[in-house]
Amino acid sequence: MRLTGAEIIIKLLERQGISTIAGIPGGANLPLYDALAESPIRHVLTRHEQGAGFIAQGMARVSGKPAVFFATSGPGATNTLTAIADAKLDSIPVICITGQVPLSMIGTDAFQEVDTYGLSVPITKHNYLVRSAESLLTIIPEAFRVAASGRPGPVVVDVPKDVQTAVVEFDEWPEPGVPEAGPEIIEAEMRHAASMINAAERPILYLGGGVVQSGASAEAREMAEKASIPCAVTLMGLGVLPTDHPLYLGMLGMHAARYTNLILEECDLLVAVGVRFDDRATGKVAEFCPRAKIIHVDIDPSELDKIKTATASITGDVRDSLAALLPMVERSGRNEWMARVGALKAAHPMIVPEPDSAVSAYGVILKAAELAGEDAIVCTDVGQHQMRTAQVYPFRHPRQWLTSGGLGTMGFGMPAAIGAALAAPERTVICFSGDGSIMMNIQDLATAVENNVRIKVILTNNNALGLVRQQQDLFYGKRYFASDYSYAVDFIKIAEGFGMKAHDLGACADPAAALAAALAEDGPSLIHVPLSPDDPVYPMVPPGAANSHMIGGERHV
Amino acid sequence: MCKQTVLELSVNNHPGVMSHICGLFARRAYNVEGIACMPVNGGGTSVIWLLINVDDRLDQMVKQVDKLQDVLAVGRHDNGHPVFDKMLEFVG
Repeated sequence: MRLTGAEIIIKLLERQGISTIAGIPGGANLPLYDALAESPIRHVLTRHEQGAGFIAQGMARVSGKPAVFFATSGPGATNTLTAIADAKLDSIPVICITGQVPLSMIGTDAFQEVDTYGLSVPITKHNYLVRSAESLLTIIPEAFRVAASGRPGPVVVDVPKDVQTAVVEFDEWPEPGVPEAGPEIIEAEMRHAASMINAAERPILYLGGGVVQSGASAEAREMAEKASIPCAVTLMGLGVLPTDHPLYLGMLGMHAARYTNLILEECDLLVAVGVRFDDRATGKVAEFCPRAKIIHVDIDPSELDKIKTATASITGDVRDSLAALLPMVERSGRNEWMARVGALKAAHPMIVPEPDSAVSAYGVILKAAELAGEDAIVCTDVGQHQMRTAQVYPFRHPRQWLTSGGLGTMGFGMPAAIGAALAAPERTVICFSGDGSIMMNIQDLATAVENNVRIKVILTNNNALGLVRQQQDLFYGKRYFASDYSYAVDFIKIAEGFGMKAHDLGACADPAAALAAALAEDGPSLIHVPLSPDDPVYPMVPPGAANSHMIGGERHV
Repeated sequence: MCKQTVLELSVNNHPGVMSHICGLFARRAYNVEGIACMPVNGGGTSVIWLLINVDDRLDQMVKQVDKLQDVLAVGRHDNGHPVFDKMLEFVG
């Protein structure tokens, strides 16, 4: 075979099963686009490379498989960085293929030259500067293997323009890159962990994104049910257990229900599975689960003993590890602990203000959930709407929930929703957003319209940076500086200007009916819900405080 | 003087490897006191020796270094390594 570097890349992507690529062409990746034009792969032209990155993330988060996006050199590459860093923090397998100036011009400050390799070192799992077209035959499959193996993560492949145009002769295609098997289970570690679980009186399962990544929801649930272990989940773990499951405690940490954090205070064993003890989950680490021994299961050994020293550490794939533990864990009712958990739940419930109104901060989330049904995919941006959705949305399945957890990137939601809709065109995708967040990637409403994806953007608008404002309210003497917008943008006109259907729930007689109509119509829609900037998200643990020090959300307040 | 140790890394030999390793230390504000590198096996791989102070972040550092795709193996010499004794002769 005689093919150019660009043709080799596209063919290798086809062989990896890639069917959709988001991106933007430019001078340095035009050979790649020229080859893509001849391919059955669908290209989604975005209005900003960050949008392309989040579309790829949306596809990867829903499918669990690596997704690909393209950008040109220089500003194209720098625009991808936030989406790549976001994928690193949440362990999402995406592969960013960037154009670069020709090899001979690297280091000369050529037009649109930037050190993509250097910039991406700390925010990728691995990165490549490709120096010959032949090496693409090993690098592209390896990029897929690295992105999807162990703890997944983003990979950048920077391809100089002359490498894209160079012609290579070769005989055989390499095998597609596939994830490596997890580490071997060590029987003795399992016995030790199982004996700790069997001896515990007040155990809790602390489940995170690793449970989603390894497809271990069923095993986690079986473990919980067999040994009667209540389950607290992280922001990234939402969906691993249905929210109406009797052992479900909800999300822990900064915006947890009061009972969740209070129950964690009392546990004597914390079984931490696929989690990394993030500060938003643990609060002040020294006071997190103060009386508990810890079993920590994770595929990434550098997470073990990083924040909290575990009594028993297991380096392993979460599903393999839970499957090995299950037969060693004794069936138990733990009646006393169940009664105590029930009492704490009853005494310190989650207080949801105005749950029945379709135009309240929480009510619109609950109403949308009821209308969208349990198969809906739920995306959010970052802010108050995100925490409210995490608190009250009735999640039922893993990979149903897409949110920027680790990096907390405003602007994530809408393009990620487009990606989710491209990966699962038969499902409804709801994107809860705020007026601060949506404006950070508003340009890709055009991409949603052009591709006629079924995304329903529910925009709760308080014309402010709500969580910032809430911190100023609580911790900065109500000095609201730089958190209120002085001009109220007309989002209905903006959506319509992009050619998108728009519904203003604040200006209609029957908002619930309008919401139902918006969710039922084809294609993308924007649903606008005006809110007060003074609506807080409670409870809230002050940054740096222990999780037991919650503000707000008490009964009768 | 702080207690020191030497990490011996076996790595792939290409232009980006040093930046991956040094970047890990730099962004955690963990100073590398001494460094030596030589190609082996005909230049396909290299050995890097890092002389570093021992502090309570060291275990995490070793795990992070071990996670790098281009790092093939990590060893630790708590009693020092002759490569740095030789280098000391040059700086005197």
